[in-house]
Amino acid sequence: MNASALIAEDEPLLAANLQAELARQWPELRVVACVGDGEAALQQGLALQPDLMFLDIRMPGLTGLEAAQALAEDWPDDGKPFPLIVFVTAYDQYALQAFERAAVDYVLKPVQPDRLAQTCARLRATLRQRAQPQAAAPALQAAIEQLRSLVGAAPAAPAAGALRVIQASAGNTITMVPVDEVLYFEAADKYVRVITATREHLIRTSLRELQPQLDAQRFWQIHRGTVVRCDAIVSALRDESGKLTLTLRGHADKLTVSRLYAHLFKGM
Amino acid sequence: MPHTHTTLQWLWHELRISIPLALVISLFLSTMFREPFGRMLVYSLCIGMIIQGLIEAGRYGLAYRLRKRFPDNIGAQHNWPGWGFMAPWVVASAVVGYYAGYLLADLLTGAQRAPGAAIHSPRAPLLIFAMVFVVSFGCTYFFYARGRMAAMEAHAQAAKRTAAESQLKLLESQLEPHMLFNTLANLRVLIGTDPPRAQAMLDRLIAFLRATLEGSRSGSHPLSAEFARIADYLELMQVRMGARLRNQLELPDDLAALPVPPLLLQPLVENAIQHGLEPKIAGGRIAVAARREANMLVLSVRDSAVGLAGAPAHGSRFGTRQVRERLVTLYGASATLELVPAGDAEGGTIATVRIPLPPA
Repeated sequence: MNASALIAEDEPLLAANLQAELARQWPELRVVACVGDGEAALQQGLALQPDLMFLDIRMPGLTGLEAAQALAEDWPDDGKPFPLIVFVTAYDQYALQAFERAAVDYVLKPVQPDRLAQTCARLRATLRQRAQPQAAAPALQAAIEQLRSLVGAAPAAPAAGALRVIQASAGNTITMVPVDEVLYFEAADKYVRVITATREHLIRTSLRELQPQLDAQRFWQIHRGTVVRCDAIVSALRDESGKLTLTLRGHADKLTVSRLYAHLFKGM
Repeated sequence: MPHTHTTLQWLWHELRISIPLALVISLFLSTMFREPFGRMLVYSLCIGMIIQGLIEAGRYGLAYRLRKRFPDNIGAQHNWPGWGFMAPWVVASAVVGYYAGYLLADLLTGAQRAPGAAIHSPRAPLLIFAMVFVVSFGCTYFFYARGRMAAMEAHAQAAKRTAAESQLKLLESQLEPHMLFNTLANLRVLIGTDPPRAQAMLDRLIAFLRATLEGSRSGSHPLSAEFARIADYLELMQVRMGARLRNQLELPDDLAALPVPPLLLQPLVENAIQHGLEPKIAGGRIAVAARREANMLVLSVRDSAVGLAGAPAHGSRFGTRQVRERLVTLYGASATLELVPAGDAEGGTIATVRIPLPPA
């Protein structure tokens, strides 16, 4: 069967151009979806399970990088092999350096036909290799390794001094929650749930904004929507399918570690 | 600026004043009181070094303590604790240093005399004491003045550097590479598919680039030109964002000729798009308007986007800071920039600039 691709690009002209250029250079490639934001890229990616995904970096909703990470976290174990990801960007020094280091495929906008031809040739070769039965399994693992190194390479936010208390407002009261008492933070739409041993608070901020203010040594990200205080973890249990679950001190909740962060838990 | 030079350099800076001074004093004393030059040199070096050592130790020590307690003390930052501390310290150092240096020199020359008896003259002790004080204060003042000059120079250089940096950042923010390359990418596509539209887009880009590069030089342009440049920018963004961006410019005719600083509103429009509309999947509306309020010209940039949560972060961004700085330089306290959540059903943020109208 011919390879399928998804294009995520928020600028309609550029999306149409990439699609046209791909049609010229790789006529058998089926573009199964063309979406304009990161959220849709994730949903459509999971639903259609294409072989290739072209992700613009700067997109509304999720960035291309975030969409790829979320896709790696949610990709079904019994699904097709993880798509080959190609990032598309206009100008982003940091991202380019990181892409080079992580050996991630990328194309620059405006898309140069020559450069795209090279990328297509490489993608074709990889897909052919993947068609051999024994090579399919490591696709997701390889993508995870690459994405991990990209997460680590994101330009570090200026150390704003670790946050000491979380100010959670409810009605007219602002509750001061010392971060030492927080067991974990969980993203909930535009809010973040702050869970302590006894209570739960909602704060009006995104996890993305909150995380740089936390001490990274103590607060570990274990999923794109979960950050846990590492000394609140009692144990990490790995089940037969390789899924990691955390038990917490003084709280009944069990937390799931996504594949992207599973490497944090390894016996010493 | 503590560690700008090494210890050796510092020692050289201190000694190249005090050693020649000791030589001059010895020469003066030996001719005045007909004493051997060598012996006078030993005494004046010993006394001079110890006094200088004491004064300098006190100066650095006091400045260090002061810095610890009052980190904002400018003098202490440059190792100057102030005359209030230094005057008594110099007196004490001179007295102690004089006697200690004298004893040391006695030891070195093997002489056993009462203090002040190295010179066989009744007037000598008084004269020497006077000299010790004068020289001590003179040298302290000299080091003080030199330190101040170095500090002022460093200050001036730092100011120059910041000015150059902010100029560069201004230009870079107006010619944001991401915007430029994305626009070029779109142009490249349009050239193939829709040449007339490509030409129109290119004309907008040229007008925008010209205004940006000239904007950093010329002092003011009519409000109508300001709106035309914003229209160029929004048109460029429109090509890129398609239906996600709707815009609306409102400029009353009687305000069109008013002079405004070039591209004053540009960073605000850019902020509204970059941090307000671009992250929103559905996009939104941006409205730029001018109106008169008493004797003020009120310019507002409104987006219908992320709103409240985005607003505080909005305010600290380079764009808004830069507009504020420009307003302060041009109008002092009479102009303001204010960022508030829109507060109606549509949401979003309103940035409002108020500048005084020129007297009619």
